[in-house]
Amino acid sequence: MTHSTRPPEQGETILSLKGVSKKFGAVSALTDIELDVRAGEVVALVGDNGAGKSTLVKVLAGVHQPTSGTVEFMGREVTLDNPATALNLGIATVFQDLALCENLDVVANLFLGHELNPLRLNEVQMEVRAWTLLRELAARIPSVREPVASLSGGQRQTVAIARSLLLDPKIIMLDEPTAALGVAQTAEVLNLIERVRDRGLGVIIISHNMEDVRAVADRIVVLRLGRNSGIFTPDASNHELVAAITGATENAVSRRTQRKAVEVEGPRV
Amino acid sequence: MSEAKITPLDRADERVRHDDTIKGAVLAFVDRVRSGDLGMLPVAVGLVVISAVFTSLNPLFLAPNNLVNLLFDCATVGVISLGIVCVLMLGEIDLSVGSMSGLASALIGMFWVNMGLPLPLAILIALAAGALIGAIYASLFNWIGMPSFISTLAGLLALLGFQLYLLGTSGSINLPYASSMVKFGQLLIMPAWFSHTVALLPGIVLLWSGLGVARQRKTVGLTAQPLSMLLVKVVALTAALEFAVWYLNLGRGVPWMFGLFVLLVVIMNYALTRTKWGRSMFAVGGNREAARRSGINVKRIYLSAFMLCSTLAALGGMLSASRLASSSQQAGTGDVNLNAIAAAVIGGTSLFGGRGSAYSALLGIIVIQAISNGLTLLNLSSSLRYMITGGVLAVAVIVDSLARRSRAAHGRG
Repeated sequence: MTHSTRPPEQGETILSLKGVSKKFGAVSALTDIELDVRAGEVVALVGDNGAGKSTLVKVLAGVHQPTSGTVEFMGREVTLDNPATALNLGIATVFQDLALCENLDVVANLFLGHELNPLRLNEVQMEVRAWTLLRELAARIPSVREPVASLSGGQRQTVAIARSLLLDPKIIMLDEPTAALGVAQTAEVLNLIERVRDRGLGVIIISHNMEDVRAVADRIVVLRLGRNSGIFTPDASNHELVAAITGATENAVSRRTQRKAVEVEGPRV
Repeated sequence: MSEAKITPLDRADERVRHDDTIKGAVLAFVDRVRSGDLGMLPVAVGLVVISAVFTSLNPLFLAPNNLVNLLFDCATVGVISLGIVCVLMLGEIDLSVGSMSGLASALIGMFWVNMGLPLPLAILIALAAGALIGAIYASLFNWIGMPSFISTLAGLLALLGFQLYLLGTSGSINLPYASSMVKFGQLLIMPAWFSHTVALLPGIVLLWSGLGVARQRKTVGLTAQPLSMLLVKVVALTAALEFAVWYLNLGRGVPWMFGLFVLLVVIMNYALTRTKWGRSMFAVGGNREAARRSGINVKRIYLSAFMLCSTLAALGGMLSASRLASSSQQAGTGDVNLNAIAAAVIGGTSLFGGRGSAYSALLGIIVIQAISNGLTLLNLSSSLRYMITGGVLAVAVIVDSLARRSRAAHGRG
């Protein structure tokens, strides 16, 4: 950690985005995004495919650089010009494509870029830490000394999540963390998100699963076509959320619900 | 809770077979080979076949003194091959190592013999030239995105041209026979007692570190490799090395130059497997973007690999100049380039990046030089030697590609 190491206070704003835009050539992936994340808070980012959720996460992870706008971290304006900067500040990310090295084993992947004892790797200590961390996540990894290529999708996702926790981050971003997970594992990840929040970390979670989102989120931020499209609390109705996501009260989802309702009730006399 | 104490951390999952016994180790080895993780197997098979064929054609092949000569030859191209391992590890290539080695030998001849600079200074200049060339390749790659295949192909010609320019007036420069450098490349042999002592070292280090790791793992609640397995390995390794040294000492003995090569291999192996730098090399070779997102400075890794490769190529060029006692226009041309690359691939370093080891340079170059030495003993013309070596390289790359496919199918990266 190169910057301030003091832990954020509960409720303090850790991360604040003002007018962040990102253009890929002629395409505006993000336009004037405003987002605040406070310590001890879970913010869910929802939106349709192509709404800019993953791009936003990549901007915050230092993978992409914003075209305009400012990012404030712990009250200070920061430039996230590469992933190492973001990691050193305390922004950890679980990417949608997980970003694991398939030719390395689980331990090597967990500690990649942050190995213990750089000139004489402390394999034993790293392996113990890996097992403990994976056990905390109730992970079912058969062996941490097998290459990641031999793991299933869910196991890889667990490894990626475990890696994000390793560096004691201040904020964790999870891009579709439960997409490849089983029932029990999903519950474990949701528990984990709550534990992480209770420790005073900020959490940003992207998910298409509204059930998961409602279960853990304190705020739901909706993106649509790269713009802010509303902020909701978890008790907002499904109808409101879908309307914000699709941009219309009259949409494919509402029409389908209506049709189903009619079918169940039977034609009115 | 007491149950957790009895089951070590890494034995909680009952789905995994643990190969703790000697039989288990054999089983695991068969599994690995089947899934395409061939390791050193092609080299072992290759050496047995080569020895059998050449000995049947000319019994001199296995004579101790012929093997001593073989080791002298191995050291020169082997050092170049060690650098190639670094760039192949990243999935890149350096096609100019031959020209770089030739240029280094020309630099030595010019600065040391013609201009009269002290030898160590001339060596340093040649090494620095190598480092500089490597840094240029890395900058072209990092900042302009020029594929290493192209930049080093350009380098192959440019460096060769520079070498010819330096040697232009005389065509070649003879290095003084009485000098330590030429003696090092042609005559200097370890005393028998010394080589036998050195051959004990790997076993001792293996035993000592193995016991240390086992103790450490037990104290933190992980399973450790059983003592019997460790002892079998140590005894086998020591016996093999002592036998090799004894056999070579029936002839002239173990060349110092080969000792230097092995020392470099051991250092490189440590750097690749036990340091953060080595871990980053594997990571960048396996998945460049993932490595970058883990906070690894990918550009610096490329820089270090290209610089190491060219510097080692320069060192290899100087060793071969000392072996030939001259810096000539032919140095580093012909098959030097391909032999260095072929050695790394035959030894098990993948052309596709992310897999390999320093030992592949050592083992691969022994195979390559054994073939070339055997063919020379048969008095075959260089036309045939080129064709046969080319065929062997093709086979090595085919094995590498097939093994890679099989690894992908068996989930071994």
